[in-house]
Amino acid sequence: MELPEDRGRISESLFEVLRTYDADVDLSGLEHDAFEVLDSEDILYSEDIQILLFALYELHYRGFDRVDARWEWNPSLLGLRAKIEERFEARLRQIAGDVSFSLGSAQDTARQLFALASADGGPSVSNYISRHATIEQTREFLMHKSIYQLKEADPHSWAIPRLTGRGKSALMEIQFDEYGAGRPGAMHSELFEITMRGLGLDSEFGAYIESLPAITLASVNMMSFFGLHRRLRGSIAGHLAIYEMTSSIPNARYARGFRRLGFDSPVTDYFDEHVEADAVHEQIAGRDLAGGLIEQDPSIAEAVFFGAQAACAIDALVGTHQLEAWGRGDSSLRQPKVKVQG
Amino acid sequence: MNADGAQIVVCPQGPLIVRGDFEILDAEGNAVPTSRETVALCRCGSSAIKPFCDGTHKLKKFEMPRG
Repeated sequence: MELPEDRGRISESLFEVLRTYDADVDLSGLEHDAFEVLDSEDILYSEDIQILLFALYELHYRGFDRVDARWEWNPSLLGLRAKIEERFEARLRQIAGDVSFSLGSAQDTARQLFALASADGGPSVSNYISRHATIEQTREFLMHKSIYQLKEADPHSWAIPRLTGRGKSALMEIQFDEYGAGRPGAMHSELFEITMRGLGLDSEFGAYIESLPAITLASVNMMSFFGLHRRLRGSIAGHLAIYEMTSSIPNARYARGFRRLGFDSPVTDYFDEHVEADAVHEQIAGRDLAGGLIEQDPSIAEAVFFGAQAACAIDALVGTHQLEAWGRGDSSLRQPKVKVQG
Repeated sequence: MNADGAQIVVCPQGPLIVRGDFEILDAEGNAVPTSRETVALCRCGSSAIKPFCDGTHKLKKFEMPRG
């Protein structure tokens, strides 16, 4: 994808820097300005900072057209990211709240995570999509989801070489399924492409980046943050467990919503597939992945439950943003331009 | 796990997870199609995609402990 448009003076400066590789770049001025912005804005809702973080993380995935790949490991850039991540993590810990859990068997961990997922009081976007959403709102819903779903499972794959034993086997079993079990065209991200195209949307990764508000970017930046730090390998595992545990039932509702609007297979395949797949994955992620990790090393439990609680908290904020906008009769997009093909 | 066989995990308040070498047949002996190597079989009776689990047991409070 191309570098996105800047959203303020910090991202403007950084994106300008990224266009020409400079191994010895001095980012101290930019860092100073970033902290000025962060002193006055909530990092989760800062358009300028979230688009900047998105770009810094994307360098580790597939990068950007016309941006030198060497930037990925540039020390100045990594230093800037680390400073911003300190603020990001502090804010994530605030919204996640005090981490609460009790140490026990793998089944005890699964039970606590299932309880956390079922107590999740976040607003139900899936109920809204199922019963009320207009076709335009379902397009917006897909656009929000696309910034993760078009690289579905990738942030959690960073954890693979950092795990051993039962937890690693569990993660591999889930990821193998996410990536289509070796069948070309069957990756979940590819099923999502079919759904997007079925609604006349562009399925290229990042096609709608300009439309996505900071809070949507924050939810995927959080996954990249967890995934890229070995220190937080438990958090990306806890995040995955919550994602799987809050998936089957909502996806059945999404499928109903899309059928209510007149769509069927293959547009609904993505959702139907997730009903069946995630009923399997949630068991494996809760007991064998998260539970297995904690059984192996109880000191990782705090990170696991922080990741799980942060996942619930940030997704509630994303859902609230969407439902409040739709409730007002507004678009939930930053720039309410829906690019429809054909 | 027995390398040549199948393994069935009984999930408390949840489905049966089946992995390994297995085949699922309907009452007529026809293979039930599935695209995945590890499946979750409904145990609560409420799934809309039986014989597979769809997570509905979580809404039904299936097999909650007494007392």
